[in-house]
Amino acid sequence: MMPRLTVLTLRAALLHLLTGFTLGALLLANKGVPFAPRVWGLLPPHVEFLLAGWMAQLALAVAFWILPRYPGGSRGDERPAWAAILLLNLGVLLAAAQALVAGNVFVLTGRACQLAAGSLFAVHAWGRIRPLYPMSKTG
Amino acid sequence: MPPLTRWMLKTSLVYLFLALLVGILQGLRPYLGAALPFFRAPEPVRVHLFVVGWLTLLIFGVVFWMFPKYSQSKPRGHEWLGWLAYGLLNAGLVLRVIGESAGQPGTFFGWLLVVSAVLQWLAALAFIANTWPRVKEK
Repeated sequence: MMPRLTVLTLRAALLHLLTGFTLGALLLANKGVPFAPRVWGLLPPHVEFLLAGWMAQLALAVAFWILPRYPGGSRGDERPAWAAILLLNLGVLLAAAQALVAGNVFVLTGRACQLAAGSLFAVHAWGRIRPLYPMSKTG
Repeated sequence: MPPLTRWMLKTSLVYLFLALLVGILQGLRPYLGAALPFFRAPEPVRVHLFVVGWLTLLIFGVVFWMFPKYSQSKPRGHEWLGWLAYGLLNAGLVLRVIGESAGQPGTFFGWLLVVSAVLQWLAALAFIANTWPRVKEK
């Protein structure tokens, strides 16, 4: 069934979905019947939680689960994938913190973590993106 | 493919079409504004038709279909939660499109956005409640 990394990553993605929709509901309600101008500051975290925390993380979790495995059933070196997931979540939280902290240090650090996460996941997944049948000598 | 997934995927395709259509109409507004007096959808409407109507509904449908079984007797968990998420998300999105295109803050149409916000939030809760127990190693 699902590997542990996928389980943990999907659960994190669901928490990001809940957080993103909660922020989105506040933003939309405030747009309809304004009650607090500061709510508009939640827009960047809303986007961050839903695009990176929910959708991108869901895609990585499912990719780790269903991409073709190596002979013997191994998913290869899982360490880059674990590091990617940790960095992605850290990156989303740091980038979302821009709503609470002035300046863009958190945004830049968060985005750097997300870039590293994407790169590390690519390192893990690259070799698994191949035909299901054994490759010929010519590839 | 279960019926709920079929409904979600086909509805998501309709939203994809609508999102693309709104994009074209937005582009034509400077030239055909007088001919399109009824069309006032702002950019957030197009974005949410894409991201909520198309992508989120597509994900909801595929997750409901493909994730591990909840149990032998209830392979897809509490299906009513899935249908509830589908209904709430659609109702919320449609109200958003109407409220955001037609109204001003604080008016009747503004209150439609508040209702829309609650409905979409409840849709996410229903989806998560049904999906969480199906995310498991065995």
